Amino acid sequence: MKQSAERDEVIARLRGEILSSGSTVYSSHSNEHPDLGPLNRAFPGDCFPFRGTHEFISHTSETAAATLGFMTGLLSRLMKGPEMAVWVGAHRTLFPPGLKAFCVVPDRIIFIDLVSEKELLWVVEECLKCNALAAVVGEVPDIHPIALRRLQLAIEKSGVPCLLHRHRPRSVENTVCTTRWMISPMASLMEDGLPGVGYPQWQVALLKVRNGKPGSWQITWDGQQFQHGYTEKVGEENVYTKAG
Amino acid sequence: MKRYMAVWFRHLAADRLALRYPGLRQQPFVLVAPERGRVMIRAVSREAGALGILPGTVLADARAVYPDLLFYDDDPSQDKLLASLAVWCYRFTPVAGVDGTDGLVLDISGCTHLWDGEEGYFETIVTRLQAGGYHVRAAIADTMAAAWAVARYGTTHPVVAPGGQAAVMRDLPPEALQLEPLLTERLRKLGFTQTGMFMDMPPAVLRRRFGPQVLDRIGKVLGTLPELLVPVQPPEPYVERLPCLDPIRTAPGIELAIRKLLETTCQRLQQEEKGLRKARLVCYRTDGGQQLVEIGTNSPVRNQEHLFRLFELKIDTIEPDLGIELFVLEAPVVEGLTTQQERLWDLDTCGKKDAVTKLLDRLESRIGAAAIHRYLPEEHHWPERSVRSTNDVQEAATTPWPEHLVRPVSLLGAPVRIEVSAPIPDYPPMLFIHKGKIHKVVRADGPERIEREWWIEKGLQRDYYQVEDEEGGRYWLFRSGHYGEHKPEWFIHGYFA
Repeated sequence: MKQSAERDEVIARLRGEILSSGSTVYSSHSNEHPDLGPLNRAFPGDCFPFRGTHEFISHTSETAAATLGFMTGLLSRLMKGPEMAVWVGAHRTLFPPGLKAFCVVPDRIIFIDLVSEKELLWVVEECLKCNALAAVVGEVPDIHPIALRRLQLAIEKSGVPCLLHRHRPRSVENTVCTTRWMISPMASLMEDGLPGVGYPQWQVALLKVRNGKPGSWQITWDGQQFQHGYTEKVGEENVYTKAG
Repeated sequence: MKRYMAVWFRHLAADRLALRYPGLRQQPFVLVAPERGRVMIRAVSREAGALGILPGTVLADARAVYPDLLFYDDDPSQDKLLASLAVWCYRFTPVAGVDGTDGLVLDISGCTHLWDGEEGYFETIVTRLQAGGYHVRAAIADTMAAAWAVARYGTTHPVVAPGGQAAVMRDLPPEALQLEPLLTERLRKLGFTQTGMFMDMPPAVLRRRFGPQVLDRIGKVLGTLPELLVPVQPPEPYVERLPCLDPIRTAPGIELAIRKLLETTCQRLQQEEKGLRKARLVCYRTDGGQQLVEIGTNSPVRNQEHLFRLFELKIDTIEPDLGIELFVLEAPVVEGLTTQQERLWDLDTCGKKDAVTKLLDRLESRIGAAAIHRYLPEEHHWPERSVRSTNDVQEAATTPWPEHLVRPVSLLGAPVRIEVSAPIPDYPPMLFIHKGKIHKVVRADGPERIEREWWIEKGLQRDYYQVEDEEGGRYWLFRSGHYGEHKPEWFIHGYFA
């Protein structure tokens, strides 16, 4: 009994060492970490490794809107402080007043609309170098692994999270991102018998997470935070075995 | 003490033509224009002048003596040429102006030491103008009027020593005073062939005999009365200049020059508690070309390092070509920035505003200010008008964001027509067809009626519905117009998360 407790302790310590020596910047202050509600369990150390590149993949307009909603919810967790965020895109459809529902004050986001993809990546990289920002969101369908690596290097210096929305990518190759997500809309959550459209609900697939457990969940946004969807009360039995 | 240099282009119009048609060089020719029914000579080339032809002669008279004399039409657009020559002179002095129809006047106070004194300065300008094909005479003196006189009528050394203008003027003819022709004629008739003969007369006598103009001009020549120099380019209040001994052609050289200029500019801004909003770097090339680079900032800045980084992004757009001989940094727009403000910024609740504005300055200088927006709420319900875009990072919202309105996360640029089947008027549709796909509506909320605001534009109101289809997609649809009165049309306007 005592042995196993010791062994657990050693394993926990070693795990911590691995995490802190990895390229992901890992901080032991859990209060600094954004709280993703039920999703927390999937991440190393039960906290979202926000300092990294996070890819969100969408293929249709509906999934794009669901992805935007999920990203905004995530952004609201990252924007707890007084910092501003930057949103860089080429064909932006985001409607600023819609952000209010996800606890993001729209005037705290600086929007940069560009045409050329090369400049877009330059802007994202420049923004990531500025540690006075809460987060940088980029809408880039495709990104070269080298460009992504450059972003990763910028993040390692500044610690600014980078969310990349990849709408209709040509290919979803295995890039070096920290997490990769796919969000698809589901029927909204409403108390039984009531008419109308309720809280948005999504099928959230975490396709890749470094040092964590990929999985798929039904997640809803209750106007304040992420919550379990209505069929997800049992637990996380459908955890993917494939590691990223 | 002020020093001025006057440059006189003796045959400006002819030189200009000879520059355009090199075949005319070293040729006697005249420029003519019709006047009172006769063709008069307006300007002559140097060689024609040597033959004794004077401007103001009738062409026929001159042709009677020299039947082969070439003549061309006079083009009265020399003013522009003079102004461009004055701009060219900005590499020698910060203040240059056009003087009459054939001269330039430069304020050279404090500029000459860069060319090893006034002699070297004088030589440089005159030789470079002569190499450019202009026949010039020039002079340097304490006053503009004295320099003007010595350049045109002087017979001795053209660089008049400080305070020596009175002695030099004595030997010059009365024309050197720039008086009215009638007055000069009268002076000559009375036997005053040199200025010195009447300069020392009591002022009361001069005024009684010749009017106040003579006294005025003598005062301007001697420097007892002020004379105003009107520069061709109004001087910027914040200007730093950096002339280079050798032309600079490399990027590190340019960087060094920018750093030096910024250092002095920022020091001055610091003393005056100002910060710059706009800066312009003008590079004067040896071949006469100019290169211009401009930067702007989102808030008043006097941080040297930050400003340098803004310029750094643009260095590769400068084409030094044969080399740059003068850098000028101008700050056309400055704003107050007190030291206290600077300190407050570091401590303000965000603490990081400064870093963000610096980042935006850098982005702006590459991608342009038009690409960067923030959105603030407007008091309109009509979705297209409910937000206002602004370029200012610090502008605060005047009204709060609406709390309880249902708005989609993603809005289409313009509403798109859809086909629907709606069972009952004023009910959400049962199904709709968008892009060839049939969406069966499972749940719906609404309607939210939004009027078009008749005081802005006329048209039908919209009834918005939030609907959800079988697959969980959530849409923002609206019906334009009432049932009954109009034929209602349905549109999709956005997607909910």
